[in-house]
Amino acid sequence: MSEALWVLLLGSLLGFELIGKVPPTLHTPLMSGANAISGITLLAALALIAQAPTPALQLVGAVALGFALFNVVGGFLVTDRMLAMFRQRGNG
Amino acid sequence: MLHLTLDLGAVLLLALGLKGLSKVRTARMANGLAAVALVLAVLGLLLEQGLTGWSWMLLGLAAGGGAGALVAYRVPMTSMPEVVALFNGCGGMSSLLVALGAAALPAAGGRAALNRLELVSVLVSVLVGAITFSGSLVAMAKLQEWLATPGWTQRPARHAVNIALAAAALAFGLAWPMGWLAAPVALAGITTASLLLGIGLTLPIGGADMPVVISLLNSYSGVAAASAGFVVGSQLLIVAGAMVGAAGLILTQVMCTGMNRSLTSVLFGGALGASTPSGGGGAEAAVDDQSYSRVTSCSPEECALTLEAAERVVFVPGYGLAVAQAQHSLKELARLLESAGIEVAYAIHPVAGRMPGHMNVLLAEADVPYEQLIEMEAINPDFPRTDVVIVLGANDVVNPHAKTDPNSPLYGMPVLEVDQARSVFVVKRSLGAGYSGIRNALFELPHTSMVFGDAKAVLQQLTAELRTLGVGKVPVTAGR
Repeated sequence: MSEALWVLLLGSLLGFELIGKVPPTLHTPLMSGANAISGITLLAALALIAQAPTPALQLVGAVALGFALFNVVGGFLVTDRMLAMFRQRGNG
Repeated sequence: MLHLTLDLGAVLLLALGLKGLSKVRTARMANGLAAVALVLAVLGLLLEQGLTGWSWMLLGLAAGGGAGALVAYRVPMTSMPEVVALFNGCGGMSSLLVALGAAALPAAGGRAALNRLELVSVLVSVLVGAITFSGSLVAMAKLQEWLATPGWTQRPARHAVNIALAAAALAFGLAWPMGWLAAPVALAGITTASLLLGIGLTLPIGGADMPVVISLLNSYSGVAAASAGFVVGSQLLIVAGAMVGAAGLILTQVMCTGMNRSLTSVLFGGALGASTPSGGGGAEAAVDDQSYSRVTSCSPEECALTLEAAERVVFVPGYGLAVAQAQHSLKELARLLESAGIEVAYAIHPVAGRMPGHMNVLLAEADVPYEQLIEMEAINPDFPRTDVVIVLGANDVVNPHAKTDPNSPLYGMPVLEVDQARSVFVVKRSLGAGYSGIRNALFELPHTSMVFGDAKAVLQQLTAELRTLGVGKVPVTAGR
């Protein structure tokens, strides 16, 4: 389990270093993109469904999965919609 | 071994994705990379654990993914911030449910008892997940203007209430592993207290600060995901959650700097401009029409006459433009002016609208050329040689008090110096206060005129007036 704590520490440090200067234009898309990534908690929902011994707990897992996927799918698509506009603008 | 490869690939792509999202040229591809990373992560996990319960997985996939795609395509560009808040809240809800489910697993015979680290992780997931969920929904409601900032939330007593809620959450959290309360009671207690705490923390914060709050809640949902990773023993989830949590914190800081606010004053300072010096209960910061004297208003016709004679016109878009969906009408007017040889530019304040970059997105949608969108630092020196400035539903970002009046709550915030231009027209629905509730000295300047009306209607009237004045008619060659 101490391994997991190392992973936590290094992941946090990586996150701190990845974002440096961000132009204001990108604040909203970056927030939206990072938000989509945080929906990765869907992995935990999948694990819960697999481990659940009762239908009730499987249902909890499925609802959790639904919420997470709503976040992931919606988040990535909405970010893409925003960024697509910047690209059009660059060409025009 | 294959699933490990997939996991490592996912982490690598996530890091590249986050990195790329902070640069304009690479942002769109980076977003795609991050999406691919999530697909790899899911494949890796399914490879490792098999497809037990696949029908439930399919159910969640269809319902959640379908709803997400629907919302993402349906939502108008103007409500982007609200939607990000909604998505974020759902991410928090997911972590909350997973943690509650995992807490019930041992009793149901699904796994061995939780060890100490896993217990703590469940509690953190529940606490942070619930705060993220209720906080994000409050933020969304505020941005949609479904919810005002109630006066009572501005009293110092709110801190006591929040501290009490936090203490209650911790007490229930402690009561669960110690066996003081039955597990369902303790978990229901910590969930309820945390949900209320999320509301209590977000409700007092003014609408103008919501972007920062959403960014912070986004960081929280990363933390919730990481702790859910501890609960289910997924190192990939821990690493990804930690990365998003840390990156979200940095982004929050960057956004605070852009708005000239400190994170503590956003979180605990109450709504900007909401507290009156007299200390009365008037947290609504009612700046009524009477408090403005010396305001000149004019009709679109008069404004059109001035525009016709101008050589250089600068538009300052704000949230009013977004609300009125007036970006296309604006583009039409700008095209007409340009066809008459008038130089047109758009001054973009970094925090105009409800979210940083909001105006860029909106004007890009109306096909406004990139080169005409000019950032604040670049355009400020040009205002003295600008004939006409038209402010469209922007308020605080053009308030000269931010430079001149140390007593103004906006003091120190970088603003667009439109007062330097020869004449200024402010298109606004009424003389009501700005989003932050602060009076604007610009409106009373002698060379400022107010054009009252909905931004879209006024822009269309201006275009029509200019056409009747003969602006933009097929030029000279036609003769007569």
